[in-house]
Amino acid sequence: MATRKAVVDKTSLHKPVVMTDLKGQTLVTLRTLTEENPASLETYIKLGGYSALKRIVTEKTKATDIITEVKTSGLRGRGGAGFPTGLKWSFMPRYFDGVKYLVCNSDEGEPGTFKDRDIIRYNPHQLIEGMAIAAYTLGARVGYNYIHGEIWQDYEIFEAALHEAKAAGYLGENILGSNFNFDLYAVHGYGAYICGEETALIESIEGKKGQPRFKPPFPASYGVFGKPTNVNNTESYTSIPWILEHGGQAFADLGVPNSGGTKLFSVSGHVEKPGNYEVKMGTPFNELLELAGGVWKGRKLKAVIPGGPSTPVMPAEAIMAATMDYEGLSKARSSLGAGSMIVMDETTCMVKALHRLSYFFYEESCGQCTPCREGTGWVYRVIDRIVNGKGKMEDLDLLTDVSNNIAGRTICALGEAAATPVLSFIKHFRPEFEYYIQHGKSMVESQ
Amino acid sequence: MLSPQAIEKIDYELTKYPADQRQAAVMSALRIVQTERGWLSKESITEIAQYLRMPEIAAMEVASFYNMYDLSPVGKYKITICTNISCMLRDSDEIVNHLKTKLGVGFNEVTPDGKFCLKEGECMGCCGGAPLMHVNNTEMHEFLTVEKVDAIIEELQ
Repeated sequence: MATRKAVVDKTSLHKPVVMTDLKGQTLVTLRTLTEENPASLETYIKLGGYSALKRIVTEKTKATDIITEVKTSGLRGRGGAGFPTGLKWSFMPRYFDGVKYLVCNSDEGEPGTFKDRDIIRYNPHQLIEGMAIAAYTLGARVGYNYIHGEIWQDYEIFEAALHEAKAAGYLGENILGSNFNFDLYAVHGYGAYICGEETALIESIEGKKGQPRFKPPFPASYGVFGKPTNVNNTESYTSIPWILEHGGQAFADLGVPNSGGTKLFSVSGHVEKPGNYEVKMGTPFNELLELAGGVWKGRKLKAVIPGGPSTPVMPAEAIMAATMDYEGLSKARSSLGAGSMIVMDETTCMVKALHRLSYFFYEESCGQCTPCREGTGWVYRVIDRIVNGKGKMEDLDLLTDVSNNIAGRTICALGEAAATPVLSFIKHFRPEFEYYIQHGKSMVESQ
Repeated sequence: MLSPQAIEKIDYELTKYPADQRQAAVMSALRIVQTERGWLSKESITEIAQYLRMPEIAAMEVASFYNMYDLSPVGKYKITICTNISCMLRDSDEIVNHLKTKLGVGFNEVTPDGKFCLKEGECMGCCGGAPLMHVNNTEMHEFLTVEKVDAIIEELQ
């Protein structure tokens, strides 16, 4: 793979761009990164972009054939749940008297997750094409890409790309001279982690506070404005054009059984070169760590959260032996999540790390379900007193108990997400918690 | 009264939704008015609700639910710094302490000259560039160092 040329970055005012070396990466969703002007329509078309959409609308490919191809690809939801995309698409009602909607979830806000942002700012047209193909397949007339409010400059890049695509006939009425119509709009959040949950996101699109809906009914039957709606993650939609250009089997072959394709891994924390790395599913963790320049300052690896804090933390030995795919990480008793790897070196105090994470879930609980609203507060206050030297040994059992009483007792998955770090941190690093409680200070020297 | 410029922008947002779903534009309308006026007073929220023909309380619910809306004055420049785990691991505490000392304010306080307000933010989804901060909800500054923060503040002064 070629190394990246200079990136023209409109968003760069005072900052360098997150520059990762493209060597060792397999670019599918970020394939425009090899080019000078990655976000432009011209660049995308030069690389074969919009050819799949063109072929489909011209040949009037059957929707069932497209769904079969997506099923063959082994593509699974890249937002964290890993649900097979082709199967999800088959849940949408084929015949419906009225407007069906397509939604893209670009509301990444789980700590350590920043992959969709790079798709939006470096390869927006592939996302647009993927959504247009999905809309054609599912009969959706209108689509929304819901973008995290904090990345405003990238939201503007995406809006510009939408206007560019519409002017070129890839969106709007009679797309590419066919009788297929699809309007796609950018909408934004404004600071609420919970809106990454698909039904909270739908509420937010409707102009309400982002509180998740009870499921069922699922969005496929009752989504935006009460109409059938398909929701996928940004990276999932962006994989679609490549799948239809090269065939589902070619995508599946990039990865390993049950984990087709490539995956964008967001690597943050204690590495030399933080950033996004797109590699084949099934890549061993140590290779990914090497791409990210290894643990920074020549220090030793202590632990990694492999898929965002809603996935269990893994001690160094466990993650070093793992491969990065759905089964590889579930065998290692964690989960791929959104591929958001938070790397922690030997100087990290696990008590303080959990303290920060527990505050996040407390702050971001939407308040709708009592176990989560009250439980996340309890968890935070107990860890807070440990950090302030007022912890008691029985607090560890209390934390476990409270967490177990949040998980599984809430409308959405934020409950489990909040419980997971508590349970996994205490499980793997219990002596560190006990030391902190006994001595009123961290076991880690640098703290 | 909403300015003609704000109405023009809100009307553009309304084109994204069905005609009978004006409330859907409230997220944008609140952002547009906040950007214009600096913060969202009760009166501002009422005006937005009336324009979108939705109950005031529903607009207030949205404004108070999402972190980036400001329901009290935040000075000319609102600096929101992320302190979540990826930023914490890259020493965001050092940047926070430096900003607090330099500006002489704590979190959620405005400098006496009304120029700066410091806020603690939750994950902004840019952790590869940690530590990082936002100015006025739009301008992202990544890979912060004490020197870089000084340069940014200098420029805003």
